[in-house]
This record gives sequence, C-alpha cells and structure tokens, in this order.
Amino acid sequence: MSEPIIEMKRIEKHFGSVIALSGVSLKVMPGECLCLLGDNGAGKSTFIKTMAGVHKPSLGEIYFEGTPMSFECPRDAITAGIATVYQDLAMIPLMSVARNFFMGNEPTKKIAGINFFDHKLANEVTMKEMKKMGINLRSADQAIGTLSGGERQTVAIARAVYFGAKVLILDEPTSALGVRQTANVLATIDKVRKRGIAVVFITHNVRHAMAVGDAFTVLNRGKTLGTARKGEITSEELQNLMAGGATLATLEGSLSGTV
Amino acid sequence: MKESTITQADMTAKPEEPIKTRKSTKPAESVEKTDERVKTRSSFRQALIRPELGGICGTILVFTFFLLTASDSGMFSASGVINWSVVSSQFIIIAVGACLLMIAGEFDLSVGSMIGFSGMSIALLSVTFGWPVWMAIIATFVLCMAIGALNGWLVIKTGLPSFIVTLAFLFILRGLTIFAAISTTNKTIVGGIKDAAEGDWLAPIFGGKVFTGFFQWMGDNGWIDTFERGFKKGQPVVDGIPMLMIWAIILLVFAHWLLTKTKFGNWIFASGGNAQAATYVGVPVNRVKILMFMFSAFCACVFATSQVMEFGSAGADRGLLKEFEAIISVVIGGALLTGGYGSVIGAALGAIIFGVVQQGLFFAGVESSLFRVFLGAILLFAVILNTYIRRMITGEK
Repeated sequence: MSEPIIEMKRIEKHFGSVIALSGVSLKVMPGECLCLLGDNGAGKSTFIKTMAGVHKPSLGEIYFEGTPMSFECPRDAITAGIATVYQDLAMIPLMSVARNFFMGNEPTKKIAGINFFDHKLANEVTMKEMKKMGINLRSADQAIGTLSGGERQTVAIARAVYFGAKVLILDEPTSALGVRQTANVLATIDKVRKRGIAVVFITHNVRHAMAVGDAFTVLNRGKTLGTARKGEITSEELQNLMAGGATLATLEGSLSGTV
Repeated sequence: MKESTITQADMTAKPEEPIKTRKSTKPAESVEKTDERVKTRSSFRQALIRPELGGICGTILVFTFFLLTASDSGMFSASGVINWSVVSSQFIIIAVGACLLMIAGEFDLSVGSMIGFSGMSIALLSVTFGWPVWMAIIATFVLCMAIGALNGWLVIKTGLPSFIVTLAFLFILRGLTIFAAISTTNKTIVGGIKDAAEGDWLAPIFGGKVFTGFFQWMGDNGWIDTFERGFKKGQPVVDGIPMLMIWAIILLVFAHWLLTKTKFGNWIFASGGNAQAATYVGVPVNRVKILMFMFSAFCACVFATSQVMEFGSAGADRGLLKEFEAIISVVIGGALLTGGYGSVIGAALGAIIFGVVQQGLFFAGVESSLFRVFLGAILLFAVILNTYIRRMITGEK
C-alpha cells in the first residue's frame, strides 16, 4: 500500500485548562475518503483546524507525504495542498461566483505594467470547473447568494480541487442541506475522490458517512475510538460508537486500530 | 454493510439525474440553458441590477428638480457649475475613502476630526513653526496615515467595532486640534498660509487651478462670462478648474480601478463580506483593513490640505460632521453598512447628489433649513431602492 498523504500522530490540543484533543491519531491515503464522526463537542472541529493550520497542536506530529510539517497559519496548509471547506464560512453571498471561486488566488494579467484582475479568465475557469462538478451556471457573474446551499458547497469543493488540493477537509458539508442537495454534495465528494484526492469528511450523520466513506474514525471527548475500514463496521455500530454508549465494549472487536 | 451499500447506490444515483438538466434528453448545445427554474432575465433588467442604481436614479431626480426650479438662477452657468462641482468634489474625496473602508467592513467616524486635525497641523507647522509648506504637508500626511493605521490596528487587535474605536478618535483628534491651536497661538483659526505657501512647489498641487489658459481663452472669445469692471476686468469669472476637482477625479478613478479591476479589490470585498471566510482562503484581512483605514485618513488629509490652501487658513472646527456626510454619500451610492458590497461610482453619485442639493437649494432660493429635509428624503428613497436591488441580486425575496 502506498504511503499516507497525511498522518496525524498523537495530536493533543489544550485551550488553557481545557483539553480539547488528547492524543488523536489517524492517517489518510490518497484517493480515500475518511469519515470523521463524533457527537458535538467531540473535538472534530478542533482536530481539523489543527490539520488545516488554524490551530497549532500542543503536542504531536503531523506528517504530510511522509515529511513532518508544522503549519504556522492556514496559508501554509493551503500551500502544502490541504484545503478546508467550512460548513458555514465558505462563501460570501453578495460576491459573484467567479469572485468567490478565486478569492485569495485571483488571476492577474499585466496591462501596461499594471496588474489587473483577469475577470475573463476567472469567469471562464469558473464556468468550466463548475460544469465538471455538474452545475451549469447561468453566468459566473451571478452572486453566490442565488445558488442553493448544496451548490455553494460544490463551488467551495471545486475551488479547493482547482487550486491543487491533495487533501480536502469538509467540515459538515451536509449538515444544513436537504436530501437532494446532500446527494449532490456526496456525489461531488465521490468525483473528487476518484481524481486521487484524499477527502476528510466530517459529519455526524452515519448514513452520509456510509455512502461515501472508505474508512471511519470516531472521536469522542477528544479521543479516537478507533478507525474502521469500510465493510468492517455497520452503520448501527457506528451510531452506537458515536453516542459513546454502553455497547462500546462489545464493539471493540470490530475496530481495527483501537487507541 | 448491506444496508450501507444500498445507501451508497441510492445516494450516488440521484445526481445522475441532474436537477439542472432534468428534462434534457435534448442535444448537448441546449444543456447550457436547461434549468427550467431560472427565468431568463432581459439584458436591460440585468444592466439595471447594480449597486449604483439608487445613486443614478437619485442623481437624475435631483438634476431634473433643479433644472425645473433653478435653471434661471445661474446654477447651470459656468460659475454655478463650478460652485456645486467643487462642493460635490469635496464630498467625493471623503466618500471614496469611506466607501472602500465600508466595503472592507469598517467605519471611520474620525474623518471629520481628521480634517480639522490635519488642516491645523499644516497651518501650525508652516506658519507657527516656520517649516516649508511642502514639508508641513508631507509630515501631516504621514502623521494622519499613521493615525489611520493606529485606528485600524486598534480595531483589529481589540476586536471592538470600528464604530467605537473611531468614535473615540473623533473626540481625541478634535480635542487635540483645539488644544494645539490654543496652546501655541491662542487662537482657534490660524491664517497666513497663503503667504507661507508663496512659491512652494507642493502647495499648488492642492490649492492651485488648472487649465487657466483654456478658460482665459474661452473668456477672450466671449464664450464664458468675464469680469466687466474692477482690477480683474477681462478675466473670466471661472478662471480654471480647482485642483480639488482633479483630486476627486483621480481618487475616484483610482478607487474604482482598485476595487473592481484588481486582486486587492477582491480582497476588499472579501474582507468586508466575511472576514473569517476570507482568512481561511488566505486573504490578508488585517492588512487590507488597516490599509483601508490609512486610505480613509489619506482622503481626509487631501480634503483638508485643499481646503487650507484655498482658504489660506485652518480652523479647529473644520470638517465637523463630515464623517456622516461621507457615510451618507456611500450609503446613497448603494454600499451595504455591514460591508462586502458597494460601488465607488455609487458613492461618487451620492456625493454629487449631496453637493448639488446643498448648493442647488441656495440657487433655487429655497429656505436652507429644507436642505436636511430634502437630503433625508433622498437618503430614504435611495436606501429603499438599494435594498430592493440587493434582494434581486441575491435572489432572495
């Protein structure tokens, strides 16, 4: 098996006296969708923010493509190829699709020695990339606010992929969506995975996780309860695990790398 | 596991019947426009839906009103035009700075005090302390932009609303201005700048006039009014375009270019639209905001310098309430108070409405207290229209 694209080893994160993460480890293979499950407050968000360079881990190591990494800011993680799509903060509704798509990575062209925002290129690329994800825009100039929630998530995912993400972190992309839109987003995740990009999919919906996941890691109170491969665990078991219920002991057998 | 495979098949199957192309077993070229839920918009309607629409309507309304009521009062003669153009230009200069800052998601309530402060700074440095005027101007610009940066830095470091931080500076700067004037000269108005600026190379860039030859030539040909007696006999009443107007145009073009045509412009929108989202994709939000505070201070400084050079004096009470006039211009121009949306052209139109109404009511012989009534009505009308346009843009109802 090839080496993991990203490996987090015994990550700990303390906020003052609060221990948000106490020794979480996981690895993600290229082209694999790892589902990170857990109830609210389990430390999912803190963990992915550590991965995305928003937080620095208090303890533990991050290996990216086999080399140890330390991210000072989100920019470092993005440069390395780790892109994050946050559940609520992905888009700016009043800005056009193209402006959102290229936010922070605006294409420029030089006219008479002055750098101009290349709107033509931005619009073309946006239309093309959105089409690849199965969304036909009326125009790249339309405001993001006119798109549905699922389409916005798709724009964010398409953006991350276009800018060379090797690891795509999705923070509850389906939590606020309807059935059909959820299906759209899950289909997008599938497309992305098939391009050889590793996906870390955070959710607390077991059904959504089961639909696209290759591996499942459950977090509870800042700890990993283990990682199961697809086919090694049923959705009922995952559900119980997430709830951190008393059935935990009986499930240990079905978990491969229990921490 | 059985269940989950069914789920997967179920989940991934749905998108294969895409929403957008539900009815399209039609040829591929029609795929582009197959979303039956999106009504096609006429290009006319499309052109109308822009942030500036409120400002454009307001401007047309205001000009129509004054063409009907004040056309015989000299409002639209050369000197009349210059009169309201200069006032509008003043508003444009501060509105442009306020506009970019507001789109970046912040307010600057210290603009008015900054105008008083920078004007007094130039006057004290050049007249009282005897610095060359150019040095006084440059030092003042540096000082004001540093205060602008301090405003921005405080807003970012404390996380307080810029409304509060700059409100504090509204008082701090005004107080310092009066204190500095009283403690050094015992007066609140410092004059004598015209003499000090004699022969200075930088002063005419703010207080001078351009195209004077062209206006003299037009006057000589009898196309524009000339003085008929006195020592100015033969000279045109309007003898040139004040540099203030040139500054307004330069700042307007620059800001519009910056906002719509550059990478940095996208960052301004992003910072104001959603600072968190912008940070996550790598936009240097803090830098953008601080730079916009500095730009706002720069604009206030341009305003003050031009005013000082024109009047030949600086007053400690100059620029009173200018911050609100700037913000009102920007809001008439279609910008969103919460940031992330707006237009420099709109702000300029708002400033023109402001200037034309203020001077026009005087020309029309209307009681000047009605100025505020008129302005309030225009403000309300423009903002209602703008809210409606914004809903059309985002598609919400």
